Amino acid sequence: MTQYGGTNPKLALSESKGQERIGVYVCHCGTNIAGVVDVQDVAEWAAAQLEHRGVVIGRDYKFMCSSLGQELIEKDIKELELTRVVVAACSPHLHEATFRTACKNAGLNPYLCELVSIREQVSWVHTDKEMATAKAKAMVSGGVERVIRHVPLEPLRVPIHPDTMVVGGGIAGIQSALEIADAGYHVYLVEREPSIGGHMAQFDKTFPTLDCSACILTPKMVQVGTHPNITMLTWSEVEKVDGFVGNFTVTVRKKARKVIENLCTGCGICQEKCPKKVIDDVYEAGLGYRKAVYTPFPQAVPKYPVMDVENCTYFQKGTCKACEKFCPTNAIDFKQQDEILTLQVGNIVLATGYDLFDARRVTNYGYGRLPNVFTSLEFERLSNAAGPTNGNIVLRDGKTTPKAVGIVHCVGSRDRNFNNYCSVICCMQGLKFAHLVHERTGAIVYNFYIDMRTAYKAYDEFYQRVLDEGTLFVRGKVAEITDVPRRPDEDGHLIVQVEDTLAGKQRRIPVDMVILSTGLQPRYDAKETAKRFGLSCSSDGWFIEKHPKLDPISTMTEGIYIAGCVQGPKDIPSSVTQGAAAAARVLGKIQQKEIAIEPVRASVNQDQCSGCRICNTLCPYNAISFDEARAVSLVNAALCQGCGTCVAACPAGAISGTAFSNDQILSQIEGLLLLNVDEPVTA
Amino acid sequence: MTDKFEPTIIGFTCNWCSYRAADLAGTARIKYPPNVRLVRLMCSGRLDPTFVFKALSSGADGVIITGCHPGECHYLEQNYKALRRFQLMRRTLVGLGLEPGRVKLVWASAAEGARFASEINIFVEEIRALGPLHWGIPSDLLPVPNEPLEEVPA
Repeated sequence: MTQYGGTNPKLALSESKGQERIGVYVCHCGTNIAGVVDVQDVAEWAAAQLEHRGVVIGRDYKFMCSSLGQELIEKDIKELELTRVVVAACSPHLHEATFRTACKNAGLNPYLCELVSIREQVSWVHTDKEMATAKAKAMVSGGVERVIRHVPLEPLRVPIHPDTMVVGGGIAGIQSALEIADAGYHVYLVEREPSIGGHMAQFDKTFPTLDCSACILTPKMVQVGTHPNITMLTWSEVEKVDGFVGNFTVTVRKKARKVIENLCTGCGICQEKCPKKVIDDVYEAGLGYRKAVYTPFPQAVPKYPVMDVENCTYFQKGTCKACEKFCPTNAIDFKQQDEILTLQVGNIVLATGYDLFDARRVTNYGYGRLPNVFTSLEFERLSNAAGPTNGNIVLRDGKTTPKAVGIVHCVGSRDRNFNNYCSVICCMQGLKFAHLVHERTGAIVYNFYIDMRTAYKAYDEFYQRVLDEGTLFVRGKVAEITDVPRRPDEDGHLIVQVEDTLAGKQRRIPVDMVILSTGLQPRYDAKETAKRFGLSCSSDGWFIEKHPKLDPISTMTEGIYIAGCVQGPKDIPSSVTQGAAAAARVLGKIQQKEIAIEPVRASVNQDQCSGCRICNTLCPYNAISFDEARAVSLVNAALCQGCGTCVAACPAGAISGTAFSNDQILSQIEGLLLLNVDEPVTA
Repeated sequence: MTDKFEPTIIGFTCNWCSYRAADLAGTARIKYPPNVRLVRLMCSGRLDPTFVFKALSSGADGVIITGCHPGECHYLEQNYKALRRFQLMRRTLVGLGLEPGRVKLVWASAAEGARFASEINIFVEEIRALGPLHWGIPSDLLPVPNEPLEEVPA
């Protein structure tokens, strides 16, 4: 039998400094690691074979991260006078802080500890126990070589600016802003639409309690509008974000409203007098009209209208100015220009929400072609008492009440042709629509569903209620919605063609109206937003959280948090929860007053610098400047983010990067290659 | 030696994307061959070509460099610099007599655990096909061929 992991003959390790006393700790992680890697073998091998590198002890333990495991390390540091620690366990992104703290508790500089990820990178991804064990040994060897070159470091401390920016004024952003403002800190709330409120302001009722959406939302909007600690920047967009946690500089474009906010009383006369009617495809989902100068809805916060320059008669044809003539306070200013604001904030909460899935893409459902096929947002406006039909549920002709209504679930969601994910809210939304149609029109309601997903508090009870009301449920994915009849009773109706998978039958069900319970998708510009804030998106386009379970609020960029649907589809309670959670994080940061950040920074050895200036243009943060007098380059540690590009580029080797020095990486490579995969073990 | 050549590969990963993709592959238990050993860098822009030469001369048969997708760099645009360096480095490797396929650059975001694993799979097979790299090895340590080479007539 061939054994893998023989000593690499191609490598003559550079002399160890020899003075370090290294402890190697191999974690079983229950059976997570020990099930695949022979942990005892790894620990014993390290103690025996790496003794000449300075390893004085190799131990394996069931759970290194447990308090007993940590105590084991602490005890060894004290008793064996260890100067370096290597822990072979899980990813450093999980437990690096734990083991650094253990080192610190035992009086060792926390940065003299190195984590080797033999769980994520070995036991969880490999099956061949022998090769996995050999790889674990190689990785431990890499860790040992690297840790020898570690130097004691102190975390960098930077002050936290007490102001916060919340981007997005939907329910998640509103919640976040209010929590922070109530705690006594200043918040800038940036919203790109003329009013805050987001999608929730468009809804009629909220499931499962059937609270009127506006009735519960608008008091919060008013609170935001009048809060002394909140500066609202509506009709504004973030253009640029510079800086880092605690010290962001955000450039915001405040688009010209053409209305002077100090003078406007929000009386609404301009809107009344404006002769130009425009289809409102944002707030009214294309079902209603607004004027060219408008507030999207009566309870809008702030109350000031905005002028839609592209549709305004004056801007397009040069005459009109009706709004200016009638404005009692002379608040109309046709010459108003966009304003660029530069704001200093310490933390940012991103709550930019979602877009509705474009139902036109599912061509077999006929949305856009068949007039009486509606999207969920259109139905919300139809059933809203403040909507274009005053809450009358009628067909596209504006007057006929439907006698039979079909509600199609999972439109654009759970579908390989469109989005694989479940949009979370559509089942409950479909049930809510069923209830409203039933209550307001008495029509027969069919719900076409694949699976009914009614998790969370009081949701399933609502499902039972809708069942009891007599709504009919057909389990099956709708194949087609058509207006081409096959039977006389189908004449003049929409026909829903569906396989009833519970009865095992194909059905054609004639209805008057179809509501597509359309799914959610990331904002059309989510990628650009992600780039602007230095975040990344999942393959679906939702922003990636720091940890999917344990930290769904933070992002990889410290100081930037996500709340609401920007992270993935959610209902209102979850958005509110996440908004509040993000606020708690921000408040925690503000109250620390300063934050410790990883001391990963570049610095220039001025004796070695030749002044070639190659590094000067490489830095994306402009952290490198050139001292003309001494003809050397300098790195500003406050601006440097530690990417190391300049370190790699310096032809003189004059720039070094802490924690990722050339010495450390080259040594790690040597260590990793100590055991070659293809060399048999030489006894 | 085994019948099937098992290459040794060094992988350089970016702390923000591909290292997390490797974590994600682990969490999701997506299997890939154990031939690759990863080095964490803060950014693919940190990759000094020396690291690659060091790996290849110290016994690695191939090197895979992974970074954030273009436009998604945690440090704004440093992955573009990595890309430029990579292309130059490959030319240098060819000049040194190496197959260009021994060094590869791939993009993998933090969400792409499955992609990361599949890229490793592909690369291991590519290097397996190229065979072992006998670069920088003292000749007396090279494996002795079973049959002596035929002498070339003068």
